[in-house]
Amino acid sequence: MAADVHKKKSWEVPNGSLAPGDGQHAERSESPTPGLAQGTEPGAGQEGAMFVHTRSYEDLTSPEDGAAVARSPEERRGEPAEQSSMEQISKDFSELSTQLTGIALDLEEEMRPGKEGKLEPSPQTNRRDSVLSGKEEEDVTMDAWRMHRKHVFVLSEAGKPVYSRYGSEEALSSTMGVMMALVSFLEAEKNAIRSIHADGYKVVFVRRSPLVLVAVARTQQSEQEIAHELLYIYYQILSLLTWTQLNHIFQQKQNYDLRRLLAGSERITDNLLDLMAHDPSFLMGAVRCLPLAASVRDAVSSSLQQAKAKSLVFSILLSGNQLVSLVRKKDQFLHPIDLHLLFNLISSSSSFREGEAWTPICLPKFNSSGFFHAHISYLEQEMDLCLLLVSTDREDFFTVSDCKRRFQERLRRRGVHHALQEALRTPFYSVAQVGIPDLRHFIYKSKSSGLFTSPEIEAPYVQEEEKERLLGLYQYLHSRAHNSSRPLKNIYFTGPRENLLAWVTNAFELYVCYSPLGTKAGAINAVNKLMKWIRKEEDRLFILTPQTY
Amino acid sequence: MAQTVTPGTSPESSRPSYMYKMVLLGSMSVGKSSLAYRYVKNDFRELLPTVGCSFFTQTLNLDEATVKLEIWDTAGQEKYQSVCHLYYRDAHTALLVYDIANKQTFSRAKIWLEELEKRFLPDEIVIALVGNKTDLGAEREVTTEEGEEFARTKGLLFMETSAKSNYQVNDVFMAVVHELLRREKEKASNPSPYGRSTVDLGVSGARTRCCRT
Repeated sequence: MAADVHKKKSWEVPNGSLAPGDGQHAERSESPTPGLAQGTEPGAGQEGAMFVHTRSYEDLTSPEDGAAVARSPEERRGEPAEQSSMEQISKDFSELSTQLTGIALDLEEEMRPGKEGKLEPSPQTNRRDSVLSGKEEEDVTMDAWRMHRKHVFVLSEAGKPVYSRYGSEEALSSTMGVMMALVSFLEAEKNAIRSIHADGYKVVFVRRSPLVLVAVARTQQSEQEIAHELLYIYYQILSLLTWTQLNHIFQQKQNYDLRRLLAGSERITDNLLDLMAHDPSFLMGAVRCLPLAASVRDAVSSSLQQAKAKSLVFSILLSGNQLVSLVRKKDQFLHPIDLHLLFNLISSSSSFREGEAWTPICLPKFNSSGFFHAHISYLEQEMDLCLLLVSTDREDFFTVSDCKRRFQERLRRRGVHHALQEALRTPFYSVAQVGIPDLRHFIYKSKSSGLFTSPEIEAPYVQEEEKERLLGLYQYLHSRAHNSSRPLKNIYFTGPRENLLAWVTNAFELYVCYSPLGTKAGAINAVNKLMKWIRKEEDRLFILTPQTY
Repeated sequence: MAQTVTPGTSPESSRPSYMYKMVLLGSMSVGKSSLAYRYVKNDFRELLPTVGCSFFTQTLNLDEATVKLEIWDTAGQEKYQSVCHLYYRDAHTALLVYDIANKQTFSRAKIWLEELEKRFLPDEIVIALVGNKTDLGAEREVTTEEGEEFARTKGLLFMETSAKSNYQVNDVFMAVVHELLRREKEKASNPSPYGRSTVDLGVSGARTRCCRT
């Protein structure tokens, strides 16, 4: 089941270019201006990009596959719309509260003939406690459960629970039934529910047939951003099953209990949600690189490039959630979302630390219908350096495993091992290096390369809540800048505890956080200085010369 | 191909060397990875569910032979079961692992056995039934006799282990290796009555080689 590695149409951005052209890098201006052309901003790759070219945040959220977009219920069922009349659904809705199975009556007709499918043995009885995730199942009737800042639920269109971030799915089946009823209720009127705003909560719905994803959040995020996170969860599920398999299952059996197939992977989804609350990569739709001297990175990249095999599509070296190097097959581009899913997979499991792992994985943005086979291993026990070799051939374990050996050998011969180890000791840089006194933190994204850079979050953002609050402020600025009805290019935000400035151009996005005592003029000065610094350091902070096999 | 046995003599001695592919099968969280980890690293830690499959190698220098074990530790999760045959194909030995404190995993091990019986002839593969987690004796749901009895009727090796308290882990791996070597000897002295004289178009080419010394 080798994944189809051909280009997919839906990748193509409106102007028809997958990646920025190579011809436009001649001029790399010293001090960037707002009119800076894409591809010349600091951090832009000099020899083409590594990633699918995502022009904007909106590109990232566009459906990956026309067929995966929620269709109206009558299309899905192949029945006239009148059948699911409002009255019928209202009736079902009123009955739902007494139905503990969580299956709406109006959906019964969708199920296979012969009434409800036989009850499958639930392998989840000893779910999370047995897999040692250290997470106790919560009592969903308790206040503590209600107090969580963000709940995420995934359910099938038959109203069956698939995933809940907190608490067991069984205990929530009636709640999920109500959610599904809400979705169906509006669909009957050929409408779609997108969100409910009440009492400081946002309830956001994302429909990706055959799944429905719901978030209940008390965070400051916009509806659009919450929906974006839900999409990540959807892609996460696809990466385990493929879109094809997921659809096949529900075509065969509408009321299938998907938890059977997802058993053992809940922690991957849990981890993704935790990661999204801390790591700006997801917000930026971009990838952060490990700061590394260009000469060392180039040596690593060419070692990776030389250790190739016919079936290899991507060779990725990463440390923590930062990219060290990425080598790809010519004409094949990875999507940042797919890379984020790989980062998440690796950070969510300690099992990769031992031996070599060989696992089927779907990269939904690349191709949601097939599996790649990933060889995952850590280079050395004590080093946080993980090598990911993505192959199209599931039979190729030994060939790919040999690529790893060859890569390590070359790394040794080039003598960059020590320099790499040194760099891993300080995986983050301090904002003090920039030399702007009032500057506390920043995020800079180069749009054409899909890479971003950001210093370590330091004082006064020491506490976990403070860090989250800072990310929340960035989220707020980001949502204002990318508001689909009224996008903003420059935002100056004055808060009681800090001032922030956002600057979004065609070529880059910059979010700066600095002291509340600073002035606006001072901030603009600082931004200019900062941009010069990033330009000066760009070959250390970014991957400017991505390699292909 | 690397996963086949490479018969021959090592240069420094007259001991033959063999390579065997071993696969660990069983339900989720019965301790397959922990057994492998205990055996290869002699350590125990609380592991998270395996993703896909993990690969380890272990070389044994025995008096009679040098044995390289390629251990494929599979994920017990249902979603990986469609790809599991990839991992146990061409295996020389399989450990069917269950959790003595969970009856359901014992039944599941029986299903795994049926699966293996469909794909292998009895003399092609050495199968060991392993009841893991003897440290959970108080919660035991499968008696030793039950496991023993089932293994006897099916002609499997049997052992109860605890990866956590390091009970009989090495023993079960050694028992399997000795059985493999015993079969190797048997074949050498008593060539298969069917012979391998007919032309085989590649499918079992690899396997043919492994039956000689």
